Amino acid sequence: MTVKLKAIEKSGSTPVQCEAPNMQKADKKDGLLKYLIVGVLFGIIFVKAEIISWFRIQEMFRLDSFFMYGVIGSAILVGIISIQAIKRFDIKTISGERIQIGNKEFRKGQVIGGFIFGLGWAITGACPGPLFAQIGSGFTVVAVTLLSAVAGTWVYGRFADKLPN
Amino acid sequence: MDQFIAWISQPWPWYVAGPMIGLTVPALLILGNKSFGISSSLRHACAACIPAGIPFFTYDWKKEMWNIMFVLGVLIGGALAGFLLSNPNEVVVAESTQAALRELGITEFGSLMPSEIFNWSNLFTLKGLFFFVIGGFLVGFGTRYAGGCTSGHAIMGISNLQLPSVIATIAFMLGGFTMTHLLLPYIMRIVGL
Repeated sequence: MTVKLKAIEKSGSTPVQCEAPNMQKADKKDGLLKYLIVGVLFGIIFVKAEIISWFRIQEMFRLDSFFMYGVIGSAILVGIISIQAIKRFDIKTISGERIQIGNKEFRKGQVIGGFIFGLGWAITGACPGPLFAQIGSGFTVVAVTLLSAVAGTWVYGRFADKLPN
Repeated sequence: MDQFIAWISQPWPWYVAGPMIGLTVPALLILGNKSFGISSSLRHACAACIPAGIPFFTYDWKKEMWNIMFVLGVLIGGALAGFLLSNPNEVVVAESTQAALRELGITEFGSLMPSEIFNWSNLFTLKGLFFFVIGGFLVGFGTRYAGGCTSGHAIMGISNLQLPSVIATIAFMLGGFTMTHLLLPYIMRIVGL
């Protein structure tokens, strides 16, 4: 309820008594539900293609299997084509907004931090996405890994201004 | 129906999984102008739970709820696939990887994760310390320092033809090769598998 009131305060002068609470609630939930659904599909793919497997990541870093290179490579290819199509045909979002994608600037962190992440990737057998899917698929102890990843993120944030970047 | 279940329970090949993952990029853009990225959810978790007045975590994380919903979905999807659509057969691991890992002391290759390492009884052991605590910390610290992970840089960034993302991805791979070939043998010796 408080969240809803705050949302109304932010959106301007809608009088509280005149709002249609049910509709508004449904709207808001719908808004986020679609991301949940995309996430569910994503999680299913992760598990069904065994991308969450520690062994698949080992095969990749040992160059013993083309599988993960095929996954990432074909994902990038589809991503490139999609973004080019969005730009070329000026495809809008479902609510009619113009699609905007931020550019990334080069920083030293991409090299140093990227290397550090790579070290962790090969131990845990997971980048952040698969961590969630591993927990879901029954390897509940990975929740500890996830908590530790949150801690790592926090420590980075705490000392971000002191690190070379 | 049984046939369908049997078919969908097989492990999916890369040329099915990869393009579907790639489609997440336009799906999120078209659904709500969102750039695909997963490691940010860890930052939002910090901002929501333990911001501690740190500027890096002082922002309106509620605006990023979509990202939290997305990773929650990944967890649920993982559960659906893991319990309802699970592959009845053993995971197939490349012979050469099996041989290399056997030398490091791993003997079980049947499930998605090596069960000798990834179980609760190892939590307060050296295995737990390296594979859960330190491993997780490196993933969280490294991805934020790099400004993204495999999804934000390797897939979203390169899809948008961003050179920094190519550099980040090369760094991810170098880190992974270094750990696998140079450090893992020592770690395995220390944790005693």
